[in-house]
Amino acid sequence: MNGHTLLNIDGHLVRVKAGSSVAAALRVAGGMGVARTSVTGQPRAPFCGMGVCQECRVLIDGRRRLACQTVCTEGMRVETAE
Amino acid sequence: MTSDIALEHCDVLVIGAGPAGMAAAVAAAPSGASIVVIDDNPAPGGQIWRDGPGAKLPPAARKWRDALERHANIRVRSGTRVVAVPSPGELLLEDAERATRMRWGKLILCTGARELLLPFPGWTLPGVTGAGGLQALVKAGMPVEGERIVIAGSGPLLLAAAATARAAGAKVLRIAEQASFASVARFGASLARWPGKAAQAVTLADPQYRTSSCIVSAQGATQVESARLRQGGSEVEIACDRIACGFGLVPNTQLGRLLGCALVAAGLRVDALQATSIAGVYAAGECTGFGGSERALAQGTIAGHAAVGNEHAAKAQEGERARWDAFAAQLHRSFALAPGIKAMPQPDTLVCRCEDVPFSALQGCTGWADAKLHRRCGMGACQGRVCGDAAQFLFGWTPPAPRPPLSPVRIATLAGLGDGADTRQ
Repeated sequence: MNGHTLLNIDGHLVRVKAGSSVAAALRVAGGMGVARTSVTGQPRAPFCGMGVCQECRVLIDGRRRLACQTVCTEGMRVETAE
Repeated sequence: MTSDIALEHCDVLVIGAGPAGMAAAVAAAPSGASIVVIDDNPAPGGQIWRDGPGAKLPPAARKWRDALERHANIRVRSGTRVVAVPSPGELLLEDAERATRMRWGKLILCTGARELLLPFPGWTLPGVTGAGGLQALVKAGMPVEGERIVIAGSGPLLLAAAATARAAGAKVLRIAEQASFASVARFGASLARWPGKAAQAVTLADPQYRTSSCIVSAQGATQVESARLRQGGSEVEIACDRIACGFGLVPNTQLGRLLGCALVAAGLRVDALQATSIAGVYAAGECTGFGGSERALAQGTIAGHAAVGNEHAAKAQEGERARWDAFAAQLHRSFALAPGIKAMPQPDTLVCRCEDVPFSALQGCTGWADAKLHRRCGMGACQGRVCGDAAQFLFGWTPPAPRPPLSPVRIATLAGLGDGADTRQ
């Protein structure tokens, strides 16, 4: 897997290694990769890493998906903050 | 309602493309049967052979992936989840684009295992992940270069996570194993009995490895800033950026249970041919009890042969399976969780991460149903997969019965359940 992928996370361009997951891109975008806010207002980031805990759910091109199980594609639009 | 959802057929449907699922498909392939393998990750390999920009696949993983590709009668559908069982002999599937109703002749469940993730103060802070979770995230390209990482919990996975993190440029400051030195030493000494495992014993000599050590808490304002660990009778605080914490593995039995398959303590119940209690349904790998990739390959091979009626070939693998069953038993004995682990959560520690339910709210509950109805524990998006396992360990509650949909799905997919299907959570 060579090259890089450019995607858009909350309006910012983020450049990641080709083949990276959206969870990886959230970390590249800043902080520890916060994906959502919990029902009591806590920031949450990818936790189980394998599609179980749902902490990394984000909107990807308008659809709710898990960041840890989605591979970044060129021009993908990711929205955090549930 | 179901008319706009495509209906497909296959002779053998394999759920999961980890070692067990790959071996099952490859073993069944020479029969000429039409085989479909579905997997919810972006590429085959399961958790152990997860591919990605941060992964270095071992030769065995390449070999099995190549074998999958070589057979024209095996179709692999990655990024696909099982949603429900609309009728006997049929599963409702969903991928990023669409839903499919898949009818099968034989079904092989290779649904693997998830990590046992247990609550401790601060475990919801960004920067805390599972141990296998960290490994998965790094393999998928998450940069950890220069990060200071503390790894805690139990089992050989801690060392594997440390190796992956270090290879990616992280500084692993501590690996805290809850099992005793005597236990781990016995495990290390026993490794010589299994081919290819002796080298693993060397990793137990890691200078940062501590036994009888347990995570106490994670500190930080908006993300992890330090980890507090108990080490024998004293506590230490280590400044760090990330904490990876896993306490072993839990078999993924949801789909099997939804199909009506009987359970034993370790996971789905199977016979000598890997058949479950439901006719035509087989199970292999970690969903029958965790024991590593070699055991999963042996079980998957047997299930694949058995599913296409080749009992002779299935029986030829029995010795290999028995050998790795013995390894699994050794693993379970050596890394059994100490009762003290149950004392990790404090009253205000959240147990249910989806609904933010604290430990104190659950202490007075009589069981899972009470906790769910009155405290909303397990009512969130993970459907109790994390807090249900935790509550089983902490309180001894029977985990929640799986109900469709098995994971959050699009409304359009639910149409595939047809009239009268129960879609309540």
